[in-house]
Amino acid sequence: MYQYDELDQRLVDERVEQFRDQVARRLAGEITEDEFKPLRLMNGLYLQLHAYMLRIGIPYGMLSSVQLRKLAQITRKYDRGYGHFTTRQCLQLNWPKLSETPDILAELAEVQMHAIQTSGNSFRNVTADQYAGAATDEIEDSRIWAEIIRQWSTLHPEFSFLPRKFKIAVTGSPHDRAAVRFHDIGIVIHKAPDGEVGFEILVGGGLGRTPMIGQTIRAFLPKKHLLSYLEALLRIYNLMGRRDNKYKARIKILVFELGIEELQTLVEDEWNRNKDGPLALPQAEIDRITRQFSAPPWQTPASAPNQPVGAVHAFENPAFEDWERVNVAEHKQPGYAIVNLSLKALDRVPGDLTAAEMDAVADLADRFSFGEIRASHEQNLVFAHVRQDDLLPLWRSLGVLGLSTPNLNMISDIICCPGLDYCALASARSIPVAQRISMRFQDIKRQHNIGELRLKISGCVNACGHHHAGHIGILGVDRQGEEFYQITLGGNAGENASIGKIIGPAFASADVVDAVEAIVATYLAIREVGETFLEAYRRVGAAPFKQRLYPEPNHAVA
Amino acid sequence: MTLLVYTANRVSDGVVVFLAEDDGWLEIPRPSGVIRGADMEMRMKAVAEAAEEAAIVVSPYPIEVTDEGGEIRPVSLRERIRAYGPSIHPEFAKQWPIADKGY
Amino acid sequence: MPLLKDGKRVADPWVHVADEVAVPATGAVIVGLKRWRHERASLLKRGDPVGVRLKSMHTASDVADDLDHLGVVALALPVFTDGRAYTNARRLRERHGYRGEIRAIGNVLPDQYLFMLRCGFDAFEVRAGDTEKDWDKAVQAISVFYQPAADGRESALSLRHRTPGA
Ligand code: SF4
Repeated sequence: MYQYDELDQRLVDERVEQFRDQVARRLAGEITEDEFKPLRLMNGLYLQLHAYMLRIGIPYGMLSSVQLRKLAQITRKYDRGYGHFTTRQCLQLNWPKLSETPDILAELAEVQMHAIQTSGNSFRNVTADQYAGAATDEIEDSRIWAEIIRQWSTLHPEFSFLPRKFKIAVTGSPHDRAAVRFHDIGIVIHKAPDGEVGFEILVGGGLGRTPMIGQTIRAFLPKKHLLSYLEALLRIYNLMGRRDNKYKARIKILVFELGIEELQTLVEDEWNRNKDGPLALPQAEIDRITRQFSAPPWQTPASAPNQPVGAVHAFENPAFEDWERVNVAEHKQPGYAIVNLSLKALDRVPGDLTAAEMDAVADLADRFSFGEIRASHEQNLVFAHVRQDDLLPLWRSLGVLGLSTPNLNMISDIICCPGLDYCALASARSIPVAQRISMRFQDIKRQHNIGELRLKISGCVNACGHHHAGHIGILGVDRQGEEFYQITLGGNAGENASIGKIIGPAFASADVVDAVEAIVATYLAIREVGETFLEAYRRVGAAPFKQRLYPEPNHAVA
Repeated sequence: MTLLVYTANRVSDGVVVFLAEDDGWLEIPRPSGVIRGADMEMRMKAVAEAAEEAAIVVSPYPIEVTDEGGEIRPVSLRERIRAYGPSIHPEFAKQWPIADKGY
Repeated sequence: MPLLKDGKRVADPWVHVADEVAVPATGAVIVGLKRWRHERASLLKRGDPVGVRLKSMHTASDVADDLDHLGVVALALPVFTDGRAYTNARRLRERHGYRGEIRAIGNVLPDQYLFMLRCGFDAFEVRAGDTEKDWDKAVQAISVFYQPAADGRESALSLRHRTPGA
């Protein structure tokens, strides 16, 4: 993985000291909260319901075991011994003291981590495919490009005060695991017919109040122009994005108002003036970064015998077989597999991991996956390079930790934002709803029978829980002080992205799990052989679900 | 009559605090912080604003509470969660076992 | 407003003339864009230097053809979170080759000096209490720059791939 050079390290160290000074001025009362807020937000520090919250960036979700141990130590020393993995592949601490945040950042800098721009109206943590470098369908490793973008977008002098936050995601595989179509900019690596590798650039996707799917602004961009093109696009957005209304300030609204063709003309004009300037990427830099993402020393197929996933030890243990079928994915290297660690067991808070678990996961990563761990936007963890003949011992170890629930992409693998239990912006709680749904569907056989069903919960319209992109989406709303939940159906985050549609009036908290149950029952009743929930929904539409959820009132009496 | 208490987050650690008449900012709302009468309202508001000015607390505001025999309970769910802690972590509860009282 | 130039508090040779106030007979003046457009001939006839103030919704191209006549382009930040001036400054320097003074006016705060400097600003109308010490601290806080910009500071990219001896 990427190792800081002296320049990267110096920048992060200097930024820590700069923030230390800003915090000192705040604690001394030299600056007001209004003045301090934008400064702390530029360093990922929020003030939530109970305390400050520090969002630590995990660029494209990549962690080393050393970094994960450091995170464990930080949560013990400065927090309450746990952290929360987010849908931007970040880790949130829920209880840091303001006075100690500079020390936390200094400790992070020791392991080449930071919280720069994990909040504020600028570039956010760049995300990528959690299977990068291991996926069978990958054209090129998305982390290389995410790292190049991370550097360019860090403390950008021109774009630190954009109209609104800006999220970029990269996928190197046609099968999109990074939800790139729901990003301000989504980047898809393509191979042209002549063999040249470059990028398709999508713009204007996003969730929030006004969900939109990104549109292609450039079908193919040669590699060396990536940064000059992004700079041109950001420049147009910085000048033309709306600043009169925070809810209309994201680039998706500019795309909508201008139209993609008009925006394209403006960007191309800007880009043509600058594309061969100092931002044109030298091959030497592309090579330097690429080298750092070279494959780990996989063993030869002879020493790591290739067995099709599903065939290893299956006869021994049906529980292992379930896990292997559901949580393990194919690897491009014969003899290896990709393992997903579910952070969604029955009694867990989705995405939370305790300090002890972090240490244990770091140890397992050292033993089984070359000391590296990835965080996925679905709030799970991934060991990207596991020998197939290590799967059984790994599964046993994960079982001890409670991280082997075979529920990847199943109904209990819920994406869930912190909601009203933590978040100052929330309308309703989301974690308890996720827990109640997991409880209701705890029978894993039943989950497997239901099959792939992505359920996503947000505690308010800001949609951090990606509910618009859920096959079933749940949105918390506040009805005169009562928690209600609005349900959307048919959303999807991948290459066939779609936005969920509201199925009808919201449900009271006490009824929402029954409503999910009714939706699932409807699906099971109508599905054709082999049809997933999403496929069935797309075939039949909302009507049968509506009928089941909102039976016609009996008019006969009236 | 609507009962009000001033609340805020402490600057140094972000912790939720409530203003009490003689004891300043405490982590648990006290009967002495419940505003009774216009005089007290002005006094507490002034104290709260001065504390914000002095960078002791962030954005103080009054919340509605009930007084159940000396036990001061915020009325809205949001404020109850602020007062007691996250509903999913009863072990962090500041006041009483959540299981007994619920949110 | 005190003026900071090259990190020093200096006497401001320029006078801001508000839109509704008459232009003085002599002395260097900074006027609004509208007045510049309407009174361009008479402003140039005065013989003393002229500068133009741009609001944040204006763009560099609004004055691109006049730059030879302008000693100052003052870019307004009505609030420091309005980042349009940064792009305008870079375009003035990099696209239009402007070498005169680019001055930051409005909500200009120390924590932003370095970003502004990098985008081509070279004069700053600061708050009364902001000192040269604040300036030094702010511009020295960060010494690594990932992006090439308008100020000639060498980017990390270029430092990493310098041709030896070049
Ligand atoms: S969706 Fe709303 S409640 Fe949930 S984390 Fe985002 S802002 Fe908070």
